Order: sequence, then C-alpha cells, then structure tokens
Amino acid sequence: MPVMDKLKAVSGTAAIVGVAESDKIGRTPDKGPLELHAEAGRNALADAGIDKSEVDGVFTAGYSTYDVAEYMGIQPHFTDSTSVGGSSFVIHIAHAIAAIQAGYCEVALITHGQTGRSDRARAGGNPGLPNAQYESPYGIIGPPVAYSLAANRYMHQYGEDRTREAMANIAVSTRKWANMNEKAFFYDTPMTFDEYHDSRWISWPFHLPDCCLVTDAGAAIVITSADRAKSTKKGGVSILGAAEGHDHAVLHQMPDLTRTWGRHSGPQALEMAGLKHDDLDLAMIYDSFTYTVLATLESLGFCGPGESPDFVADQRTAPGGDFPLNTNGGGLSYTHPGMYGIFTVVEAVRQLRGETGQRQLDDCKLAMAHGTGGLLSSTGTVILGRD
Amino acid sequence: MADGYNKPIPIPQPESDNYWEGAKAGELRLRHCDDCNQAYFYPRNICPDCGNNNTSWIVASGKAKIHTFAIVHRPPHPGFMDDIPYVPAIVELEEGPRMATQIVNVEADPSAISIDMPVKVVFESITDEISLPKFEPA
Repeated sequence: MPVMDKLKAVSGTAAIVGVAESDKIGRTPDKGPLELHAEAGRNALADAGIDKSEVDGVFTAGYSTYDVAEYMGIQPHFTDSTSVGGSSFVIHIAHAIAAIQAGYCEVALITHGQTGRSDRARAGGNPGLPNAQYESPYGIIGPPVAYSLAANRYMHQYGEDRTREAMANIAVSTRKWANMNEKAFFYDTPMTFDEYHDSRWISWPFHLPDCCLVTDAGAAIVITSADRAKSTKKGGVSILGAAEGHDHAVLHQMPDLTRTWGRHSGPQALEMAGLKHDDLDLAMIYDSFTYTVLATLESLGFCGPGESPDFVADQRTAPGGDFPLNTNGGGLSYTHPGMYGIFTVVEAVRQLRGETGQRQLDDCKLAMAHGTGGLLSSTGTVILGRD
Repeated sequence: MADGYNKPIPIPQPESDNYWEGAKAGELRLRHCDDCNQAYFYPRNICPDCGNNNTSWIVASGKAKIHTFAIVHRPPHPGFMDDIPYVPAIVELEEGPRMATQIVNVEADPSAISIDMPVKVVFESITDEISLPKFEPA
C-alpha cells in the first residue's frame, strides 16, 4: 500500500513549469501523430523557457518513448512508456515526481499526440488478449459500447430518469464552457437541453452528445524540481498530490460498473496534498462520456454513490455555477484525440496561472486533474496548486 | 466460415481451446479453482484469486441473469452493420462469474429487456470451429 508519510514528504517538491497543445488541434490531416508529440513538446518547453537539450526524462504513452525521443532529438537518461489508456499522462506526473526525487532526471517531458480523427483505420487487436475472444465477437468494441453498458447498470441502481437528466446536465454545461474556448471543437456550436434529448442514439443509453469527440491533437507537460521551477519563465505550478492505479482491463472484469479506481486515487492524492474536496477551486475530470463524469465524481468522493445526479443538477458545473468542471469544454466539446487525460492537466495549469481569458475562474488556487483510461480501467489523479 | 460472416472471430489460445471446443459441442465450460472452490471467467490456467494452478473445468448450467445491457445503434465495426440495433450485455452466471455476451431472440428495445431478467445460453455457430455463447430470455 502507498506509504502516506513518504508521499507527504514529496508533496510540492516538483512543479509543472510548461504546458502546451500542438500548434493546431481538431482536424490536422496533414500531420502525423509523432509530429503532434514534437510540436506540443517544443511548445511546452518554450512555455517553460527550458531548452530541449536540458530534457533528461521522457514520458509518453501510445508510442514508445524511444519513438518520440528520437523524433525530437532527445537522448534521455530516464524513460517511461507506461501506457494505460487516457490516464497515462496524468499517471506520468507521479512517476516524474519519483524520478526527480530519486535523482534519475531533472527535467521531465511528458508528450502526447494522436490523430484520432484523420487516422480512422484502427489497428487489429491482439488475439491473445481477452477482449479479442470474450468481448469483440459480441460487438463490444470501442469505448461507446462498453461505457454505455456501464451507464445502464448505474441507471438501474440509481434511477433512469435522474441519471438521464444528469447526463444532459453534463453535456450541456460542458458545451457552455467550450463556447468560451476558441480552441474547442464546438466553440461556435451551442447546445440546448432539447437538442441533447432529441439527438440520435449511438449506443443506448447514450445519445451522440453523451460521447466524446474524435479529434487530432497533441499536448505536453514539462516538470522539474520546485527549486529549479523558480527560475523558469512562468514559475511553477506545484504538484501537491498524485496517485494512480487500475482494477481491470476488459469491461466484464470490472468489479463494480459504477465505481472507478478514482475511489483510491482521489482520496490518496488529496491526503498527500493535505487537502479536502471543498478546498478545490476547479475539477478537471476526464469526460470520455457524460456517464464517466457521474461515476468519477462519486468514486473520487465529491459525493456518495448514486448522488451525482443531485450534485450536478441545475447546471451547477456550468460557467457561473459553484462547481466549475472541465472549463476547457472537456473531451465532450473541446478535444478528444483518443487518450485525452493530458489535456485535463493543461487546462488546470492554465486556470491556476490565470491564462484562460473569458473562461478564467476567479481566484483559482487549487485544482484537481483526473484521467481515466481503458474501459473505466485505470485512473490517475493529481492535485495542483499555486500561491 | 459462414458466408459473409465478417465480425471478429475468436482465435482459440492454449488456455481457451477447451472453452471453444465446449461451445462448439453445446457446453458452456468454465474454469474452476479447486482450492478456492469457485468458478471464474475468463478461462485461464492460473486462478485469479489465489494464484494457484490447482484448477479444473466444469460445465455451467447455462442459466444467468442480465447484469447490464446496451442497445447499439451505430455499429462500432463494419461487421455489425446489418445487426443494428443489437444488444450487447454482461450476464451473471448461476455459478457466479460474469461474462460478456449478446442477448438474442428479444426485441432490441429498452422496454423489452431488463436488468436481472433471467436468461439462458444458446450457441450460435459462426465457423466450423467456433460457436459463440449468447443468451436469450429464459
């Protein structure tokens, strides 16, 4: 089990000093995924004011770190390709703290890049993995079908009508945030509750707007020690807590379709930071689907099992509401190239720095960024803060 | 292969040969840990609970109840284009384990299907070697 005394001792010892997206996100048919990694990496280093030659730790998922590092011309002394879906890049933050603390590296670069929209051909599955024999033959292929199966179990346990209303609340509130983010895929496209309820089915109980986008995008994060962060261009956003884990891979092995590993990573990250839920000014929670948010809020402990529909009622998570959630417009309405987790961190850092323009929160000092990977399989949670 | 069958087809592996041979013979075979005295899914030689190899095969009753289901309207794979709407599900077997499957011989409508509904296994032959265990209302 995690040793809390040791984790508390490293809380705040590392900081995020650079964040960025690739030059363009949304549709980039002229760019390959490694190019998006490299663009985002270059931009994040520029954001930090750190030269590429100083990067000695490289972290990525989806590709091996040697693919990314070679493309970028980096020869790292520390390398981590931990690949557990969209949560990977949040999980890399904990690994970067550990590596920096232990002395394996001083400047950690986490990169992401995917062309989910332009590169629609999907790789064939590995026949030796369980999904190829026990899920795919039944048409349980890809996240929308799997997550809709989980969502229906939640509806059964906690009420179909109130769950439906909660899913609509998340879809509409997240769209409102996207309408305030120029980089968002749906920046110019508002959505009403009626439009949500009238939209077509993808996999019942999911309407189309319950499902995340499929876009092209890259992003990157630069991390260094708290001491070194002081001399970077913008100073550091302190990493106060970080936690991770997973409890299954294929969906039918999930112990409880309504509870994610966030039930461990959320409380662990908060305890490491010495904070409580109410201390947070912003929650960036991976919204692969509207349902993902409902299950995650409960798992993280913002509310109890079955209470998310009340927690998110009346557009409480929308601009002007008292629980700002996914202020970039989320995977639902901003961008979602396949493994979105890193973008929760990018937005949290920007909100903490006060860089988010018309959607900027007042006095944002403490934020949670939370990634989910696979089929509700893995999670990574970080708590970030700025004085 | 059945003419025109273009959905993903399981490729039996060393740990699942017996499972698929059973399905072809009309039996739902489960792995059983003789130390824990419980059945588990999916088939693997090592018990996921205790980690021992003291495992055997049992034949399941084929009785189950629906743990959850969905109704797919946009096919996630070209092979399911002619099947929509179809009903993927997770069922809980009488022996305890849960498995993924499809509910068949039922109207693909939320009003016709319910969680906890009793179902029983049926086998759909898709190739000379492979029959898929699916479930229908009991």
